[in-house]
Amino acid sequence: MADLHIGPATATETERAAVDRVVSATMGPAVVREAERLVRGGTERRSRRRHLLLPVLHALQNQAGWISPGGLNYACEQLQVPPAEAYGVATFYEMFRVDDPGHDDDVVHVCVDAACQIADAEAVIAALEAGGEHVHRSPCLGQCERPVARFVQGRAKPDSVPADEVVAPSAAVPQATDPAHAMSLRLLRRVGRADPTRLDSYIGAGGYKALTEAFRRGPAGVVAEVETAGLMGRGGAAFPTGFKWKSVAEAAGDQKYVVVNADESEPGTFKDRVLIENDPFAVIEAATIAGFATGADTGYIYIRGEYPLATSRLEGAIAQAREAGFLGDRIARSSFGFDLEVRRGAGAYICGEETALFNSLEGFRGEPRQKPPFPTTNGLFDCPTAINNPETLVNVLDIVIDGGAAYAALGTEKSAGTKLFCLSGHVKRPGVYEVEFGTTLGRLIDMAGGVDGELAAIMLGGAAGSFVGPDMLDLPLSFEAARNAGVSLGSGVVMAFNAGVDFGPVLTRLAEFFRNESCGQCVPCRVGTVRQHEVLVVCNGRPTDEHVALLEEIDLAMKDASICGLGHTAATAVRSGISLGLTGGQS
Amino acid sequence: MTTTDSAPGPGGVGTGAGSETAVELTVDGRSVSVPVGSTVLDACDAAGVDTPTLCYAENLTPVNACRVCVVEQDGSRTLIPSCSRRVEGGMDIKTDTERVRHSRKMVLEFLATGVDLSQADDLNRWAERYGADPDRYPAPQVIDEPVRIQDELYIRDYDKCVLCYKCVEACGDDAQHTFAIAVAGRGFDARIRTEFDVSLPDSACVYCGNCVAVCPTNALQFKTEFDLRQADNWRPGDHTVTRTVCSYCGVGCNLELHVQDETIVKVTSPADHSVTSGHLCIKGRFGWSYVHGR
Repeated sequence: MADLHIGPATATETERAAVDRVVSATMGPAVVREAERLVRGGTERRSRRRHLLLPVLHALQNQAGWISPGGLNYACEQLQVPPAEAYGVATFYEMFRVDDPGHDDDVVHVCVDAACQIADAEAVIAALEAGGEHVHRSPCLGQCERPVARFVQGRAKPDSVPADEVVAPSAAVPQATDPAHAMSLRLLRRVGRADPTRLDSYIGAGGYKALTEAFRRGPAGVVAEVETAGLMGRGGAAFPTGFKWKSVAEAAGDQKYVVVNADESEPGTFKDRVLIENDPFAVIEAATIAGFATGADTGYIYIRGEYPLATSRLEGAIAQAREAGFLGDRIARSSFGFDLEVRRGAGAYICGEETALFNSLEGFRGEPRQKPPFPTTNGLFDCPTAINNPETLVNVLDIVIDGGAAYAALGTEKSAGTKLFCLSGHVKRPGVYEVEFGTTLGRLIDMAGGVDGELAAIMLGGAAGSFVGPDMLDLPLSFEAARNAGVSLGSGVVMAFNAGVDFGPVLTRLAEFFRNESCGQCVPCRVGTVRQHEVLVVCNGRPTDEHVALLEEIDLAMKDASICGLGHTAATAVRSGISLGLTGGQS
Repeated sequence: MTTTDSAPGPGGVGTGAGSETAVELTVDGRSVSVPVGSTVLDACDAAGVDTPTLCYAENLTPVNACRVCVVEQDGSRTLIPSCSRRVEGGMDIKTDTERVRHSRKMVLEFLATGVDLSQADDLNRWAERYGADPDRYPAPQVIDEPVRIQDELYIRDYDKCVLCYKCVEACGDDAQHTFAIAVAGRGFDARIRTEFDVSLPDSACVYCGNCVAVCPTNALQFKTEFDLRQADNWRPGDHTVTRTVCSYCGVGCNLELHVQDETIVKVTSPADHSVTSGHLCIKGRFGWSYVHGR
């Protein structure tokens, strides 16, 4: 087989079938049998198939419970990927293992991050283990509104989330059933009102009006409205969406891509999961508009692997949209063609970083790239790429229908529109809340029923955000007000902690999260996150002045010299918690 | 993590003063002119500034992973890696500010806390220059791996590995296109590995030794060197280095024979050599025992 060196281990029948299913689904069954000609050392096959590595590894893991040497070898032959590289990819992700588990059972992933930690995740783990379950301690599973979160990695059957079987997705949106708020919802207006599994229900609730309107406005018209609207990215970086789209539209190159970054893994964040589970067609329609506006004919939705319901809802919605002519060639009888594919992540926080996501999708390790060049010119497969968060995209629907000026009238002067916030921890009604920018933090917490107990602190923005005290309840939630206060709205996390919380373990776990999730590429983050965690372990989360000084030095190097945002923010929450005096001492 | 970060702002490459083939910028207050496409590191060299580098090599694509070459660019929120960043007209680069010195010190300190740098002379020199103090960390985890001795040609001692990616690049598409090794695992647990850590003879390795040649910390070393070090008889100060042409085929690769006690102890090739760019094959790198009649 060409000139790749493949070891002697062979795959089982079922492993081969699992790999073939993935390859033939994308390349067509004839290709699996016949194969592209293996000329130039397999370069042709490699360039066409490498991006299937992650789906193929998912199939092997699901089939065998691990990535076996034989399974890996077969995958490498089929995709023409060097085994050492494929092994490097397989070992990068939380959901894959490369040693034989020695059993045929499902594995229960239990979240141990903040919201679940303070809901006593360890007790849940102990109970599951006592019941004979195979438990895997997991970083945040994106179900912070219903701790302790669990995700079941299936063996030769689909993955599942136990809570999905007992709670409707709309239960995560308390406003949807509250007459006082339901009418004012925009991003969440269809939650509980349209059937997320039916295209006709989506259309009956106003769906695909925006695409028609986009066609009327033309690509440049859409970009202009998004620019006028002042829409800023909702993934955490708050970059102007209109400028991004314009850059992609104007970038040189015939092939352009749209990527929906649904790899939400920021501890405390679950808004995109809730949005997709309840309104998948909206994300698809908005991604189609993004393709129309930027000149892309292909889009990928990269969704985190621990979101099986959201994934199946998207896949079902895409199939229906394609069937009805809303995806594919000549959409709605226009000359515009666009199609979408869903790709699952496999458990890696870093893959939410846009360039790491591209590498992951292309079948490489999810390591961030140095910027510049930026995705708008050199993104997925080195092509101009518009990469957006699902929440950001759904905003575009109203912008296209109502016009940018009407949208800009919402919110504050510099933060237009509404924003989804993820309320969790010690609030009485956790869930996703939609409010106009400028709503105060205190008002938002009141909407969630107030604090359960006496408020000690709020984690704002996520693990990459910071802790704020009760004195910040008057903070208007807008990008500019947050910036002025030296904090960040991040991905919209508002996690409340009452006075009963012991913050030593919380800060230590936060540090451990970054240590575990660092990709390892650059020294400041790979080692800095470990040294930070070690300091907190040594002092039980209660650092002395000397420890605090060392943590500051580590933070400065990570902020200044790391490649990407993970390292830049890996110490922010920990240091803010210490300086707030949450663990005693410093204040 | 879901950050979808910054697209480029206005401005662009090579818009500064000067002709279309040269870029003018400032390094530590000095004006420098370098060809379009140069890196900031090239500009620092042109300005006579000694910049520490670890993952950079002139014959490899920059991966900007080690971050020891970072410099401060006026207007940039973070420091930038000089080895990979292309120059732009009007850049104002500073290489010796408090921020630069701090990050370089911390990178060197971080490495020294976890890795055996006893045979990494450059790193030790820089650690001293920037005042790195690895002893101030409480209970630091260190890399602890057995020395992998799987053949008579070279050994792998990953206690000394700083994960600079150079060996992976040399084995992969920067030189050999063999892809026998890659980075596996994540974070602090990331290591250079063959698939499933199979031994080198069972892997795709073709023993070109190009990985050994680019390793900056001696994590990869000739078996001859390793044995002499074990016997406490490695004396680089006594080596003579003789440049010659490989006798095996007609390509004309230049070899540098490192000789101790009238015995070849390792072979390198000059990185700036037009034929090899520093890379060799198994014959040139390891096939010299016949010289000694063995």
